[in-house]
Amino acid sequence: MGVETESKFHVLAVDDSLFDRKMIERLLQKSSCQVTTVDSGSKALEFLGLRVDDNDPNALSTSPQIHQEVEINLIITDYCMPGMTGYDLLKKVKESAAFRSIPVVIMSSENVPARISRCLEEGAEEFFLKPVKLADLTKLKPHMMKTKLKKESEKPVAIEEIVVSKPEIEKEEDSSVIEILPLHQELESEQLEPMLCSNKRKAMEEVISTDRSRPKYNDITTSV
Amino acid sequence: MDALIAQLQRQFRDYTISLYQQGFLDDQFTELKKLQDDGSPDFVAEVLTLFFEDCVKLISNMARALDKTTGTVDFSQVGASVHQLKGSSSSVGAKRVKALCVSFKEYCEAKNYEGCVRCLQQVDIEYKALKTKLQDMFNLEKQIIQAGGRVPQVDIN
Repeated sequence: MGVETESKFHVLAVDDSLFDRKMIERLLQKSSCQVTTVDSGSKALEFLGLRVDDNDPNALSTSPQIHQEVEINLIITDYCMPGMTGYDLLKKVKESAAFRSIPVVIMSSENVPARISRCLEEGAEEFFLKPVKLADLTKLKPHMMKTKLKKESEKPVAIEEIVVSKPEIEKEEDSSVIEILPLHQELESEQLEPMLCSNKRKAMEEVISTDRSRPKYNDITTSV
Repeated sequence: MDALIAQLQRQFRDYTISLYQQGFLDDQFTELKKLQDDGSPDFVAEVLTLFFEDCVKLISNMARALDKTTGTVDFSQVGASVHQLKGSSSSVGAKRVKALCVSFKEYCEAKNYEGCVRCLQQVDIEYKALKTKLQDMFNLEKQIIQAGGRVPQVDIN
C-alpha cells in the first residue's frame, strides 16, 4: 500500500496487556512498520531517552548521554494503563521539546467522547477504538510521512502549521461523527472514573460510531 | 487425492461458516486471519492459545473474587477481570464470550451477586465450547494440508 520507502517507519507501541501487545505488533508488522513494544508509559519514555525522575514524576529531562539514536516515527499507546496512563504519556511527549513532533495515537476499548476529546486536544493525532483493525492503520501513514519529510527537508515545521493542516487529511464526506456531548457534562463523569477507566454510563456505550476518524472541532455537532 | 482434498475443503468451509452463523465468531475473527501470512503462519493459533490461557486465569480470578467465604465480595476486582476478558474476547472475535462479558460487567457495576455468579458459570461454559469448536476447525485445516491441499479462504458474506 503506497510507496515503499527505503527505511521502514518505526513505531513504538505501548500497552500493559501482553495479548494486546501481540495484536498491535502484528498489525503494525503487517502494515510494513518496524515495531518496538513496551508494557508501560515509563518504559516508553525510557526508550525514547527521556529520563523519568522517580522522586518527582512531573520532572522530565533528556538524559545527556542518550541521544535519540532510534528514530521513532509514531507512538501508539493504550489509554488505560496502571501508573502512567496513555493520556499522561501523551502529555509528557508533547511537553518535551525533543519529542513533541512525534505523532501519538491513543487506543481504547471504550468509546468515551470526553476521553477522546481530551486526548485530541492534548495533541493526539488519532484515537482508535479497540479492537484495532488493519484498515485503521492506513490512517497512520500520513502522520508518519510528515515526520520523515520534515527531517528530509530540514525545515522545521511549526507546530501551528501542523495543527492547521490536519483537517485536510480528514475525509470530508464522512457523515457519521462521534457524538460529543458538552464537555463540562462529560468531564464530571471522567473525573469519577475508577482506576479501571470503565465507563459507568450505559447511554454512552450505546453510541458506537463506526467511523473512527477524528471528530471535527470547528463545529461540534451532535449526530443522532 | 483431489477428491479427498475437495471434500475436506468443503467440510472446512461449511464448518467455518456455521461457527459464524451460530454466533461463536464474528468479523473480528476474519480480521485476525488477515494478520496471518507466510511470515507468521501460526499467528491465529498463537493468539487463540493466549486467549484461552487468559480465560482460565481470569475466570479463576473472578471465582476467587466472588468467593463469599473469604469475606465481602469485591465487585471492582471481579469487574477488572471481566474488563480484561471483554477486551481479549473482542479482539479475537469470540462473539458469545464477549456478549457475556458485557452483561457480566453490568452485574458487577450493579453489585448483583447472583447475576455475577450466573455469568461466571456461563462464561466458563462458553469459552470451553468455543475452544472445542476451534480445535475441530484447526484439525480440519491440518487434514487438508496433510492431504496436500491448501486451506481455502472462507468468504463469510
